[in-house]
Amino acid sequence: MTTSYPSNSKVGTFRIRDCVLVTVNNEIDDSSVLEMESNLTEEIVRLPTRGVVIDISQLDIVDTFTGRMLGALAKMSRILDARTVVVGMRPAVAITLVELGMNLNDLETALNVDHAMRRIEEASAEGP
Amino acid sequence: MPNKELLAEGLTDNHTGILEGWIAAQSREGVKRSDVLDEDEIRERSKRLIAILADAIHSADIDESLDIEESGWDPIKNFLRAEAEKREDAGISPTEAAGYIIALKEPVFDYLRKYQDSEGVDTVNTLLASSRIIDQLAIFTMETYLERRDAIIRRQQREMTELSTPVIQVWDRIVALPLIGTLDSERAQMVMENLLEAIITKEAEFAILDITGVPTVDTLVAQNLIKTASAARLMGAQCIICGIKPKIAQIIVQLGIDLPDIITRGDLQGALVYAFDKAGLSLVAKAQ
Repeated sequence: MTTSYPSNSKVGTFRIRDCVLVTVNNEIDDSSVLEMESNLTEEIVRLPTRGVVIDISQLDIVDTFTGRMLGALAKMSRILDARTVVVGMRPAVAITLVELGMNLNDLETALNVDHAMRRIEEASAEGP
Repeated sequence: MPNKELLAEGLTDNHTGILEGWIAAQSREGVKRSDVLDEDEIRERSKRLIAILADAIHSADIDESLDIEESGWDPIKNFLRAEAEKREDAGISPTEAAGYIIALKEPVFDYLRKYQDSEGVDTVNTLLASSRIIDQLAIFTMETYLERRDAIIRRQQREMTELSTPVIQVWDRIVALPLIGTLDSERAQMVMENLLEAIITKEAEFAILDITGVPTVDTLVAQNLIKTASAARLMGAQCIICGIKPKIAQIIVQLGIDLPDIITRGDLQGALVYAFDKAGLSLVAKAQ
């Protein structure tokens, strides 16, 4: 397992075997999003990557900006052929996103990192 | 200027007959209720009320600036509060309780009438003042009734919302929330929060919302149910709604509400079978 910490460490990117785990917290802002996007995409292509898990359980404040960011991250990873799962969304965050009309219908979600990793492994065991 | 000494003295002096007059007026107006209250107690409490009232009149302003929110009126308000509670517990209506206070007007007016020709006594203003005081006290008694009822209603409402949204763990990773009774927006909101909390705490991948016991829904509630399902999906769980009544199906379609990606099943059994299947479980009949 190799780990790379971004310089400001507002966002952590970790590699677990062939998955990349990203953790997002409340201090996320425009500049750190750009940094996170480049960190994540670079990490995905650095080594063979089957899945990306975005853990937002530390995130308890959300707005349209954060919502769009999640959608964009998922889309980028998918283009790079990595299955992307957002995990650990809190009830308040989920309610807010729905109230904002951001249903993020093409976003794959799971309860926690464990569930997401298992799902990615199962899918790869079934073959491409 | 109202003559407060005259009024206070009339109330405290037993020989003026205000107490007797009041009790007589109470029974004439049919607000005495000696059928549920003890005769001696009525007399005792009426007497005390008059005494406390006389004290309040002594210490407070009783002209146009009369304000029973002032501290001088606190003792009588406390007494009236207790009286109202006692009467409500005895099943006496608020009208009768207010009538009990208003019945005091008659003997007070009779007493003041005796002074209408006396030198240096402003009977008209004193009479007006006494009428104002008694009205205020009657209103206060009514309000005490209302406050108590409001408190009861609030408590029952709270208990109802608490009782009516239990989340049940049906199986590993499967929770169910049976809803009973009409959903208003507040309850629907509560349901939403409870279910989403339970998804986290029980690590549930499937959340079954059984609305068999819900007779009807309105636009807001239907939208709330859909929001719940969408929020559950964002959190990584799947929401299954079952037991939708024909009427509710009609309403949902007529209101033009979409149910995108929401699994619906006829009854709880159907929902459970779906969840078991998705969770990789199966039900097998025991070999005989």
